[in-house]
Amino acid sequence: MTRKAGIAVLVALLAAFPFAAGEFYVNLASQVFIFAIFAASINLLLGYGGLPSLGHASYLGVAAYASALLTLKAGLANWAAAPLALIGTTLMACFFGLIALRATGLGFLMLTLALSQVLWGTAYRWIALTEGDNGLRGINRPAPFGVSLDDASHFYYFALAVTLLALWLMARFVASPFGAALRGTRDQPRRMAALGHDVWMVRWLTFVYAGFWGAVSGLLFVYYHKYIHPISLSLANSAEGLLAVIAGGSGTLAGPVVGAAIVMILKNYVSAYVERWNMLLGFVFVAIVVFMPEGVVPGLKRLWQRSRSRA
Amino acid sequence: MRFTRRRFVQAVGLSLTGLPFHSSAQASPIRLGLMTVKTGPLASGGIDMERALNQYLKERNGTMAGRKIELSVGDSAGVPAQARTRLQDLVEREKIQIMIGPLATGEALAVDDYIRQQQLLTLSVAAAEDMTQRNPNPWFTRGTSTSSQCAHPLADYCYKTLGMRRMVVIADDIPYGHEMCAGFQRVFEELGGKIVQKTFPPLTVPDYGSYLAQLNTKADGIFLGFAGSNGFRYLRQFNEYGLRGKVTPVGGMTALDEAVLRNMGDEALGIVTSCWYSAELDNPINRKFAAEFRKEWKYDPGFYAAATYTEAAVLEATLNAIGGRIEDKQAFMKAVRSIKVDTCRGPVRFDSYGNVVGNVYIRKVERKDGRLVNSVIHTYPDVSQFWTYKPEEFLKNPVYSRDFPPAKNLEQ
Repeated sequence: MTRKAGIAVLVALLAAFPFAAGEFYVNLASQVFIFAIFAASINLLLGYGGLPSLGHASYLGVAAYASALLTLKAGLANWAAAPLALIGTTLMACFFGLIALRATGLGFLMLTLALSQVLWGTAYRWIALTEGDNGLRGINRPAPFGVSLDDASHFYYFALAVTLLALWLMARFVASPFGAALRGTRDQPRRMAALGHDVWMVRWLTFVYAGFWGAVSGLLFVYYHKYIHPISLSLANSAEGLLAVIAGGSGTLAGPVVGAAIVMILKNYVSAYVERWNMLLGFVFVAIVVFMPEGVVPGLKRLWQRSRSRA
Repeated sequence: MRFTRRRFVQAVGLSLTGLPFHSSAQASPIRLGLMTVKTGPLASGGIDMERALNQYLKERNGTMAGRKIELSVGDSAGVPAQARTRLQDLVEREKIQIMIGPLATGEALAVDDYIRQQQLLTLSVAAAEDMTQRNPNPWFTRGTSTSSQCAHPLADYCYKTLGMRRMVVIADDIPYGHEMCAGFQRVFEELGGKIVQKTFPPLTVPDYGSYLAQLNTKADGIFLGFAGSNGFRYLRQFNEYGLRGKVTPVGGMTALDEAVLRNMGDEALGIVTSCWYSAELDNPINRKFAAEFRKEWKYDPGFYAAATYTEAAVLEATLNAIGGRIEDKQAFMKAVRSIKVDTCRGPVRFDSYGNVVGNVYIRKVERKDGRLVNSVIHTYPDVSQFWTYKPEEFLKNPVYSRDFPPAKNLEQ
């Protein structure tokens, strides 16, 4: 009951945020939401499936490019381009899953990395389609129910709604019997197989589901920036998502959201004050690993419980 | 209530002085933003941009047209998506009224629609052609040059004065390199020359060995369209492979920039390049600028330092023309496109697309007072982005790229 009340208070606070904060902070929060969906989708694989992916930027980038190309080159409206981009990217995840899931552990990591590097290279070199290093620009934000999202707070509410829906659906996924089976394949794959579960199928379905949410974050990303550049498909982007999950706490629902907030605030806010913010990012991660190796969310929970039991 | 950092500072300032806070439009400072790159591979140029701009402001006691200038600096690390966030930071939090920058082509394109949406006055350094050509941004003015603006006259010079007929072009595999080579090729081939080989190594290639092995040595010359330190790296290997004296290198506007020249030796001597600036330019503004810059930082100002120093001069001249009222954006844009101003690069004015019309200098590397300099050997006066073509006809063609204009004279 307190948990539900806590969530309600948090949502109310988030809904009130644009009234209290300046435009810059509202935009920063929108970027945190987008990145939180991205990190949460990586968390499905890493935290619940035990599958470390270094290629998750593929889904973000491909969905963003697909939406941009469908609106700019094929002349489709956003409402038509968005589902096509999502379906296309999810189908790609189906295919990539067939390849990447031939291995687990380090092999899986390298396969996802290789696949995403292929896409990154394509976006850079296929200049006729993607305009290469110039990137695609001139993309419009959609206007659901006639409300333009160009305004910072309008976009904020749109991103907030999508993020809440995404996190809720991912939480349902994890809490379901299928989610339990997924955790089983992470901890005891051979026992799960002996119990009659199709381990490969469980992993593949999770891979596709994570790819779908990666694509959703990609759509929000391209609507927010109105611009897409090959760098969004790069290894650096995948690694940043992975870092957010590990820093926040993999295998927890709130972890990726907290991690995404840490990364985005360091990258986009603190960097305005500290020139060597990359170094600061490094220090923060070292500190997290030293003091809370399981991530910020489980770490804080542990500290909280300890102080309570002492009192 | 919106509580920003500035409001906090104002509140503290108020409570300390106890004086009422005046904010008449005329006396309040002008908020200037510099979008530059201070981390990553483009940082050396980006830091020069900040140094030269600070020098200009210092020389004017931080005042233009009777109003104080407050400078905020944003570092994009050369990453387009981050350039957008940085610019939002400058506009929405620092409340800048005018931006100088950004540095790189990709960044300019990434913030294009944001500039339009915010109607942000922009004085750009980035060379992206179409920002002032087929899709001109009404708030965008460029006092440096497009990618090909200095390559057109160099092609003319190579054909007519250096007597070259068969040439190779090589450049970084980025739009800036493609656009520059395309402009060079168009003018050179229309004069009757032949481009016999075109090569685009990746921007971060570790070693030019394989490209040098493939080089067509039966050509008269090779055009180097490199940026950053790549021109320096290529030339060093070019000499190590014993190609010096076989094919004559000539360079684009960033290939032998002052910023890399200071690390080079005799291998650079005698190489001809073209640029809209040289630290050796003999005009009163530049004599003072280059001497001061050299005194402060112990090296010559180059492309990037001159870029912000020029843009600052354009800004000041425009503010003087409109009595400092930067709040009237339409008046500013009208004024900036009609002024003529003397800068460190010589006299400049702007065409109706917002791009500069100014001198382009053919320069030759010489040794002077023990250091290498780009001595000016020829001047093409008042060069526009359209060279000698009619703008309407120029704009009917697709934008310069890897494949346009098509290369018909390639040899194996």
